[in-house]
Amino acid sequence: MDIDLILSMANATMRLATPLLLAALAGLYSERSGIFDIGLEGKMLASAFAAATVAAVTGNVWLGLFAGVIVSILTTMLQGFASITLKGNQMIAGVAVTMLAIGMTTFLGQTWFRQGGRTPQLSGDARFAPIELPFARELADVPVIGALYSDILSGHYILVYVAFLAVPVTAYVLYRTRFGLRLRAVGENPKAVDTAGISVTLQRYQAIFITGILAGLSGAYFSIAQGAGFGNEMTAGKGYVALAALIFSKWRPVPVMFTCLLFGFLDALQIRMQNVELPLVGQVPVQLVQALPYILTVVLLAGFIGKAVGPKAGGVPYVKER
Amino acid sequence: MSVRRPLPRWADIVLLPAINLAMAFLISGMVVLMIGENPLEAVQVILYGAFGYGDGVGYTLYYATNFVFAGLAFAIAAHAGLFNIGGNGQAYVAGLGAILVGLALDQTHWLIVMPLAMLAAGAVGGFWALIPGYLQAKRGSHVVITTIMFNFIAAALMVYMVNRVLKPNNTMAPESETLDVMGRVPQLREFIPYFGYSPVNLTIVVAVAFLVLAYILIWHTKLGYQLRTLGQNPVASKYAGMSNSRLIMIAMTLSGACAGMIAINEVMGVQHRLVLDFVADAGFVGIAVALIGRNHPIGIGLAAILFGALYQGGQELQFVIPAVTREMIEVIQALIILFTGAMEGLFRPALERGFVLLSLEQKAEATARATVDSES
Repeated sequence: MDIDLILSMANATMRLATPLLLAALAGLYSERSGIFDIGLEGKMLASAFAAATVAAVTGNVWLGLFAGVIVSILTTMLQGFASITLKGNQMIAGVAVTMLAIGMTTFLGQTWFRQGGRTPQLSGDARFAPIELPFARELADVPVIGALYSDILSGHYILVYVAFLAVPVTAYVLYRTRFGLRLRAVGENPKAVDTAGISVTLQRYQAIFITGILAGLSGAYFSIAQGAGFGNEMTAGKGYVALAALIFSKWRPVPVMFTCLLFGFLDALQIRMQNVELPLVGQVPVQLVQALPYILTVVLLAGFIGKAVGPKAGGVPYVKER
Repeated sequence: MSVRRPLPRWADIVLLPAINLAMAFLISGMVVLMIGENPLEAVQVILYGAFGYGDGVGYTLYYATNFVFAGLAFAIAAHAGLFNIGGNGQAYVAGLGAILVGLALDQTHWLIVMPLAMLAAGAVGGFWALIPGYLQAKRGSHVVITTIMFNFIAAALMVYMVNRVLKPNNTMAPESETLDVMGRVPQLREFIPYFGYSPVNLTIVVAVAFLVLAYILIWHTKLGYQLRTLGQNPVASKYAGMSNSRLIMIAMTLSGACAGMIAINEVMGVQHRLVLDFVADAGFVGIAVALIGRNHPIGIGLAAILFGALYQGGQELQFVIPAVTREMIEVIQALIILFTGAMEGLFRPALERGFVLLSLEQKAEATARATVDSES
């Protein structure tokens, strides 16, 4: 185990944890307000496609990001309309939105660009470039701090920093503001909130609006930061890993960050372990590492290591008394 | 609060789904219009592709076979109030059961192999659904989340099994050994040349039998009554002395076993070996099928044929109108799930109000006539 390997693993962990973190925080707002969201994957996919498309056409990465977020918000609102206003089944709404995103992105991608569902390759201003933090170069030679600051923290895409910044912001909003209190309250006991004269419907729509923004950032990360263009189903189930991370951290912002780092690390490990022989154990099946986030979540859900109990009113549409 | 009354039965099971289905098709048609193609031409191509000639009909029925099993799997769980989103994973691992029995016995005769492979596939698929069922029943973990997780675990497990365990040493492709001809489930074209080269096979008979059995199970057995009670009102079933946790586990096992039959159609009847991702998301189509079929075997049978036709016609579509790819079918499917499943509340209230008005009018007319009669 040499130092370069550790550094590159740490770096990869941060890069791979970012979309999970953004998506898991997106889900946190929604689920904490009482709307189960199994449609994260769909929103991310829709956003990834919209971002890549607009960035390719305009050549401007910021316009791409904006488009991705807008499309993600619209998708979320459709899901919200079904689950909040029409009081439909939230699980089915999530499944429908995801399928719609899978179908629409491949269909429109093929129709518009005719490259087998891919969008044109992005370069230059159409794609985010890594940011070098101030003094990164100067500090690079300082022992320990240099490695930590210049090699691990510096040199990421802006969305990586946004994601990690969103953690303390979310924690503050959720636990220290009136909005956060109300948001948690509609997820636990909407009737009490209603009795206090606050609109459950409005509160829930506000919550999923934030969900839409964050899921949009997460999706855009795939196509205009990490990747250079959109490919079919490029989010590859990461929306569900994020959901798993959210549950694994029991719907709390700071643990969400650590869980996403853990799952990101597993992902980095899995990439590195392809065809690698380890001493004693031999070749560890990559698939086991891939499945580990899901297995861990199931074990936690089953209550064998602690207990994950979701928001009490989650999944239940709120019906005012007649 | 306006007067609301439940819809008449026919409106509930025919009119409302028809309206929702029409909405899904309408919006899909608008998408096709938007990209500058003619939606009516697309419909024509789909219909011809699905029903116009023998191969097409065969393929439609082959897809429908999968969708019947997937739809029933979802419906059985749904009757017990469970949302089994893991049909895909259950069908996928069931392939293990099917191929192991198949490879062990394929020198004998398909009449021996098929029932045993069905038992094995059903057992493996059922087991894969039983674990989430057990966790829901005994540990209170939400079955939706666990079945999603189990889909991914199944995918990883199967990649491992196919690549590391089942793949013969002399091949590169990730697939198991091929079944001997004797052990394969016969395709219908061997008896009926009309079906051309289509892969529809005897599993379709099993699918029809399963529809009948599911009907009997759900509405004419004690177990079915218990499952429906649990689904309608878990408190009532508990107070009536039923064991809810036992029922949850039974419902999930039956559901998973049902999904497992997809493996028989694909592995024993079509591919004749275990290939990666042979389920091809049929499990998710099953959700749409069950929703539009209102969880009733007759509805599921019809909806499965509808989706079989869409899938087969969709293949045809991209040859005739290159701009409209087969992903359009996924869009239609998603819209159907959206309208019939999640946004059912969009048209129901209006429809209910309409029927109330209608009945009030009729009553008023009747009273008016009665008054006229008594006066004259």
